[in-house]
Amino acid sequence: MNHRAIRAIYLFEMARTWRTLLQSIVSPVVSTSLYFVVFGAAIGSRISQVEGVSYGTFIVPGLIMLSVLTQSIANASFGIYFPKFTGTIYEILSAPISYFEIVLGYVGAAATKSIILGLIILATAGLFVPLHIHHPVWMLAFLVLTAVTFSLFGFIIGIWADGFEKLQMIPMLVVTPLTFLGGSFYSIDMLPPAWRTVALLNPVVYLISGFRWSFYEIADVSVAVSIGMTIAFLVICLVVIWWIFRTGYRLKN
Amino acid sequence: MSSIISVANLSKTYGSGFKALKNVNLDIKRGEIFALLGPNGAGKTTLISIICGIANPSEGRVLVGGEDIQTSYRKARSLIGLVPQELHTDAFESVWATVSFSRGLFGKPKNPDHIEKVLKDLSLWDKKDSKIITLSGGMKRRVMIAKALSHEPQILFLDEPTAGVDVELRKGMWEVVRTLQQSGVTIILTTHYIEEAEEMADRIGVINKGEIVLVEDKATLMQKLGKKRLTLHLQNKISSLPESLAHYELDLCDSGATLVYDYDTKGDRTGITSLLSDLRNAGIRFNDLDTTQSSLEDIFVDLVRTS
Repeated sequence: MNHRAIRAIYLFEMARTWRTLLQSIVSPVVSTSLYFVVFGAAIGSRISQVEGVSYGTFIVPGLIMLSVLTQSIANASFGIYFPKFTGTIYEILSAPISYFEIVLGYVGAAATKSIILGLIILATAGLFVPLHIHHPVWMLAFLVLTAVTFSLFGFIIGIWADGFEKLQMIPMLVVTPLTFLGGSFYSIDMLPPAWRTVALLNPVVYLISGFRWSFYEIADVSVAVSIGMTIAFLVICLVVIWWIFRTGYRLKN
Repeated sequence: MSSIISVANLSKTYGSGFKALKNVNLDIKRGEIFALLGPNGAGKTTLISIICGIANPSEGRVLVGGEDIQTSYRKARSLIGLVPQELHTDAFESVWATVSFSRGLFGKPKNPDHIEKVLKDLSLWDKKDSKIITLSGGMKRRVMIAKALSHEPQILFLDEPTAGVDVELRKGMWEVVRTLQQSGVTIILTTHYIEEAEEMADRIGVINKGEIVLVEDKATLMQKLGKKRLTLHLQNKISSLPESLAHYELDLCDSGATLVYDYDTKGDRTGITSLLSDLRNAGIRFNDLDTTQSSLEDIFVDLVRTS
């Protein structure tokens, strides 16, 4: 294992985060705070409790997941797309480093960043609404699992994209709608039965449901199913990445 | 000298069907400077990309330091430093950070003294904290070389190292390359500047249309393929050549003031003695003469044209 190479990539990516602190950390925190003001305070004050929890409190896990998902994808996809775009990928490809180690460096850094972000948003939420986390270990486990899974997904997008438009396309057209329709702001029990069935096809529902359970012990689907679905998605991403490196797809001629 | 790189039956066909390399066989000797010459699109960069792990071969085998580049890629790649043709840099990083990153990527422990030495050798020390985006093209090129040298490679690939670099800087780079060779590094360079190969290389390979046309010691190549030219400066201008000299295929230049005779150094008889004697018999006198050896560029152009 070339641990020095993993460390070099990881630290290089993290350095980019500190260098672009404003975009990386501050802007997601500001936008999440706006969600709390609009949905939590303004609209939430007119909504009765959801499954025994005040609306402002109810949306906290969903909002954290919303940021973690989008930031994991954005960090990882940009992290690997940028060297492709500038051409510096030549050095990664010619280094004595395995594909697994490359992924570990890039995905590790992207996931670390979004976990830190998730925790910052959690702390910010604590300023707006009272919070009590029933299962902090599970909460962290869901946070890490989601960050890693979606960083892997972002890595795939970064390799697949051959232009900045494509880099934006999947997050804008697929991920954001799935997250909004995934129960960030409501329980899927609040949907009409037909839509509830449709919602269950949305993988994000399982992530948010499991994460919310770790906070308040309320869930749309069972926790085991949530974990199972997340791990299934993780495995799919790993298989796709394995295939990318085996074939050199969009990396090697 | 033993081979440090051994390329056997290497072929590369791109997805489009274009055959970039056709059954290439090539051995690079340990410690030499090898210049790979070829016109644009000849396959120079493809060959380097395959050896360095950036492109996959379609067929064939490459050993670097005795290690297979596919089955034993870690050992093979750790021996190589690559300076690609294009200036690919992390624009917003500092010189120091990007060179240190390269060393880590190749699995070497931190060694600020080595990085300092490399930067000083390449006259980059006073720019170590500058962002790469602020550097000139020539400096960026040297940053790329510094990155390649950061992990103390035994083999250095320089793909068009002096493209777009001014004459003074180019000479400076040649110095760096020579110093590296003296420290035991094997250097493979591709270049468009024939004078660069002529100046630097121990051996020269010519590649054209994906095939190695020739590999030869530079001196032997120049001797073997080199033609010489004898120029005679005549005492009195002549308007035409006498019949007795017709079979020499002489050129009458400068309105009849000089005679030019091309001869092959490979031949047993150059014909010079009899030419001079026949000139005397014809009453043509000259007050000076000089000979010039054809340059590597002439040889190269000849080879590529005929292959």
